[in-house]
Amino acid sequence: MSHNEFAISVQGLKKSYKNVPVLEGVDFQVKAGSIFALLGSNGAGKTTIVKILTTLLKQDSGHATVNGFDVISKPDNVRQSISLTGQFAAVDEILTGRENLIMIARLRHLNHPHEIAAGLLERFGLTDAADRRAATYSGGMRRRLDIAMSLVGNSRVIFLDEPTTGLDPEARMEVWKIIKERAGSGTTVFLTTQYLEEAEQLADKIAILHNGRIIVNGTLAELKQLFPPAKVEYIEKQPSLEDIFLTIINKKTHA
Amino acid sequence: METIKNHFFMDTRVMLGRSMRHIFRSMDTIITVTIMPIAMMLLFVYVLGGAIQTGTPNYVNYLLPGILLIAVANSVGYVSFRLFTDVQRGIFERFNSMPVARSAALWGHVLTALVSNVMSLTVIVLVALIMGFRSPAGVLSWLAVAGILAMFTLVLTWIAAIAGLSAKTIDGASAIAYPIHFLPLISSAFVPTSSMPSGVRAFAENQPVTAFVEAIRALLSGQPVGNNIWVALSWSIGITVLAYILAMRAYKRRG
Repeated sequence: MSHNEFAISVQGLKKSYKNVPVLEGVDFQVKAGSIFALLGSNGAGKTTIVKILTTLLKQDSGHATVNGFDVISKPDNVRQSISLTGQFAAVDEILTGRENLIMIARLRHLNHPHEIAAGLLERFGLTDAADRRAATYSGGMRRRLDIAMSLVGNSRVIFLDEPTTGLDPEARMEVWKIIKERAGSGTTVFLTTQYLEEAEQLADKIAILHNGRIIVNGTLAELKQLFPPAKVEYIEKQPSLEDIFLTIINKKTHA
Repeated sequence: METIKNHFFMDTRVMLGRSMRHIFRSMDTIITVTIMPIAMMLLFVYVLGGAIQTGTPNYVNYLLPGILLIAVANSVGYVSFRLFTDVQRGIFERFNSMPVARSAALWGHVLTALVSNVMSLTVIVLVALIMGFRSPAGVLSWLAVAGILAMFTLVLTWIAAIAGLSAKTIDGASAIAYPIHFLPLISSAFVPTSSMPSGVRAFAENQPVTAFVEAIRALLSGQPVGNNIWVALSWSIGITVLAYILAMRAYKRRG
């Protein structure tokens, strides 16, 4: 099963909440080892898809397999091979960063949970804050811890539901770097986002979910071809506020 | 291909360790749960006790069983509160997308309630001893009392779990505590039921808390326990099984 070319495969997925249809026949496939970005506005049903693929929710009809396992008939196998970073950083605030990671390692029944935690704290720049309660962390640190918790055990597929919502630009870039590294080492990354730039930066394939269906699915180059050819215009390029912000911050840190 | 094993006991241990840390880091819950019943005990013995005719020379001997049950009832609101927070913060979602034994997260909370009640009940008994409580009960009787209190805790925490898992607001989650607080008041915990008007008396004599109170009282005063312990036991098993099923259903729906 693991030699399957597709890490995620979805056909005809339908889901309604109390007769309000959210997904009306969703089809897509995600190649193993790639980064797949699901774009859509708020309420488009991105989180619903994530929940179905991570066995938290059952679809009304259609099929979904993750790592070759059907999400309905083999949920335990699916859970064994995935990890999820939900929309809101699901860290235990009363525990320290280190304790959070050790807890997840224990729940994944791994050997040497302490070493695993120490390694991840190091990689995510949380060593100094490791023994402080997560409640004292900044938004960016909390998100980093959240993602670190998802990387415990090196799952083959990781799901990131709007991983950078609410983060400042610096923290967002840090998260992007982590995601790229993950994908570079062979993990399949399924990510939802509202930010077009995020999809552009990261994804091998981008799909747009609209009115319950995938309306476009392809590489960035393919998506660009769907639109009229680029026109050449001369415009004075003003720095964006983000450029300004990052320049000032970098000057400060290098000064 | 991975083999999927059930790690129920190990997972529950990790969950218990987690919520015990919560308790030790916010001792206020234990203090609240301990001090309130002690204050009630002082109030009833030294303010109201003089006017209460129980037929026993030492009112604190009569009162202690009810106070112990009230302490257990007080702890219930915190169980709902902790469960509700776990649902709200997405922690349960994280656990449910992992290969963790399904009910381990709930059992973690229930066992934590047991352990924290052991601590607060011990303190209450010590204060009662200072206030002149004396018991001819031997080790076996005390063990039986501990068993009855543990059963009472199990019954109430599973009821509290339903509220914590299905509530939509934090107030709703804690509301379950109010009716539970009331039951010991309308029982033989403070005054003999024979002093009550017939309607109230019928309720007081046939509701489960009275059976618990009477069983504990008989054990502590070295009297024959009679039927009460069996009545208490059947109530406990019946309600626990029902509440467990409902709580698990609420948990799966939430997951």
